[in-house]
Amino acid sequence: MTAELAEILPPLLPALVAGPLMLGGIGAVLRKHVGIRHAISLVTLSLMLAASILLLIATHDGTVLAHQVGGWDYGISIPFVVDQLSAAVLMIISILGIASSLFAMATHEARARFFHPFVLILMAGVAGALMTGDIFNFFVFIEVMLLPSYGLLAMMGAKLGAHGARVYVSVNLMASTLLLAGIALIYATAGTVNLAELHGAAAEDPAVAVAGGVVLTAISIKAAVVPVHGWLTRTYPMTSPAVTALFSGIHTKVAIYALYRFYSVIYDGDDRFLWVALLVTSMTMLVGVLGAIGEKSTRSILVFHMISQIGYILIGIGLFTGLGLTAGIFYLLHHMIVKASLFLSTGAIEETYGSSQIERLGGMLKREPLIAVTFMIAALSLAGLPPFSGFVAKFAIIQATLEQAHYWVAAVAVLVSVFTLLSMLKIWTGVFMGKAPDDLEDRAMAYQERMHGKRYLRSEAQAETPTLTIIPPEDPTTQHGRVKVPMKLIVPGMLLAAVTVFFGIGAELLMSISEVAAENLLNPESYVDAVSGA
Amino acid sequence: MSVAIAIGLLTTAAVYMVMQRGMVRIILGFILASHAANLMFFAAGNTAFRGVPYIGTSEYGEGADPLPQAFVLTAIVIAFAITMYMLSLAITTIRDDDTEDDEQSAVKILGPAGAAPSAAAERNIDYRDDDFPDRGDESDVAGSKLDITTTGAAGAGTGGADASPASPVHDFEGDIDADPNATTTQREENR
Repeated sequence: MTAELAEILPPLLPALVAGPLMLGGIGAVLRKHVGIRHAISLVTLSLMLAASILLLIATHDGTVLAHQVGGWDYGISIPFVVDQLSAAVLMIISILGIASSLFAMATHEARARFFHPFVLILMAGVAGALMTGDIFNFFVFIEVMLLPSYGLLAMMGAKLGAHGARVYVSVNLMASTLLLAGIALIYATAGTVNLAELHGAAAEDPAVAVAGGVVLTAISIKAAVVPVHGWLTRTYPMTSPAVTALFSGIHTKVAIYALYRFYSVIYDGDDRFLWVALLVTSMTMLVGVLGAIGEKSTRSILVFHMISQIGYILIGIGLFTGLGLTAGIFYLLHHMIVKASLFLSTGAIEETYGSSQIERLGGMLKREPLIAVTFMIAALSLAGLPPFSGFVAKFAIIQATLEQAHYWVAAVAVLVSVFTLLSMLKIWTGVFMGKAPDDLEDRAMAYQERMHGKRYLRSEAQAETPTLTIIPPEDPTTQHGRVKVPMKLIVPGMLLAAVTVFFGIGAELLMSISEVAAENLLNPESYVDAVSGA
Repeated sequence: MSVAIAIGLLTTAAVYMVMQRGMVRIILGFILASHAANLMFFAAGNTAFRGVPYIGTSEYGEGADPLPQAFVLTAIVIAFAITMYMLSLAITTIRDDDTEDDEQSAVKILGPAGAAPSAAAERNIDYRDDDFPDRGDESDVAGSKLDITTTGAAGAGTGGADASPASPVHDFEGDIDADPNATTTQREENR
């Protein structure tokens, strides 16, 4: 069956880009039909999920699927290439897309005319960036991915968001320009931008290595690696929880994917430059987690954690051994799910109670036990406690560093995970334990009346069913239980938490995927052969 | 050589402009930076070969390398789109561009301690009052979600969407227009 899939699938690869792009366009045209837009988006995302699972099965034996777009000869055409790593990342991103869209539908953000179209175009860009075998084309798809993101960021909070959006656009444009310059340098030194033809070029020619360094630097900015991480913490808390969850799983992670891929193919895993990666990742882990300790709101703590986790993921490149890459990829896949789950579960509280400030929340364990459980699972997984996927991920990472005798990196990794647990406990004690502030309910009611009341007044056409029911305060004595997080806000986060439990108990599955992906990265020859058709 | 000098000059100017404070100047800086990157592509294609790159129109040794030209064309289009987006960011928000004096910035004027709130201020500092006293710049949903009320709703098929076929930012602008006092009052206060 696998062999048959490997025959059938490659010519269909462009559809993964063209499909969402086209359906997004159709969604944008259907101005009045909110229901149809929801349906188009969910169906498309589910189809992408199904397609990526098929690709995952087809590439699980280490096969690399390649298709020359437009049927041009090798060397002229732009190839689309899928191996285990790209299929796995695409699968997780599709899951995140579905969860975030469900959440946005529950908060009614998704009713905005361009929300779903933007998400679909974003997904088209992601699919393209994950599949393309051409660096210039990678740049183009990154831009396809970023343009709708700019729109989403500004849409979901235009006033404060505009401040965030300015930072976000400026930083990303700077990184893109740098990426473009790096690609120009690669073309100047190596004479091609085709990844397969660039195989090992940087390991042989120092000039290409420098040019590749510019490209890797540019991508590192997009991946928010310390010391170029500042933009992330200033922009992600600015937008809505749904969009933050979506972005957290997509933008930095696609950049990380590119770092893995480019270092594997262009540098052929050259171990002369690995110490740079190890130094940078250790710094990233430390700075991220220390930043989180000083923060006061759930979302900014989580965003700082994202940076520190990016450090863990990149250890895989820094080691570039079989075990190291396997661990890094495992961590990447696990982290995308867990982080989004955390953003969504705290986001549900934020959307209902009107604040993400820890000091303004409390006692949520009693009020919202379901969210508490969801948060607990994801937080423990993030900190790396068994039996969740985070434990396997951290254990594998530390084992891999010890195997290469990088004791200080292992020490940093252990230390950072203690700090991670510490700040997760900070959220836990601040938001879920303790006593609720006296004005919690009033504040939540005020927020809901203002936000949602206004939202629906302004759009009577679509106001049939408000998300968060506003019950008028009939009897002031029955304070408790007036405000409650609606179920549909909880479900997306729970869904993702369930996935992390599944990957924790069934770690074998995710581990075998990561092993195959790591094997492909260690031996990029299979990638090159598949593209060149040799 | 001349290309190298041009790239150097463009990059220098770009860095200087990006370091400036006003959004419009930053955008100009980015335009220069993208020109520098485009010129690098031309340099990569070896400017010594300048013939027309169509088959049969010039000798193979003289025709230009068409690939960098195609790259540059693509890059120009992308940079153009983002520039337009950034320009709209610079002008469509209440916090206007180029408020170099902090005391003159919209944030200060619209803030709780500010003078008699204008219509714009009324509309926008709604959530800044006692209910959410010490809202940090980037910490509270109440603030960051503010304009879903405007953009989200407008985008979903009310007036704003009708006025704008393409852009959510435009929707937001349309929303301001619906509130005639919004931008003008604040501009006057700035003066």
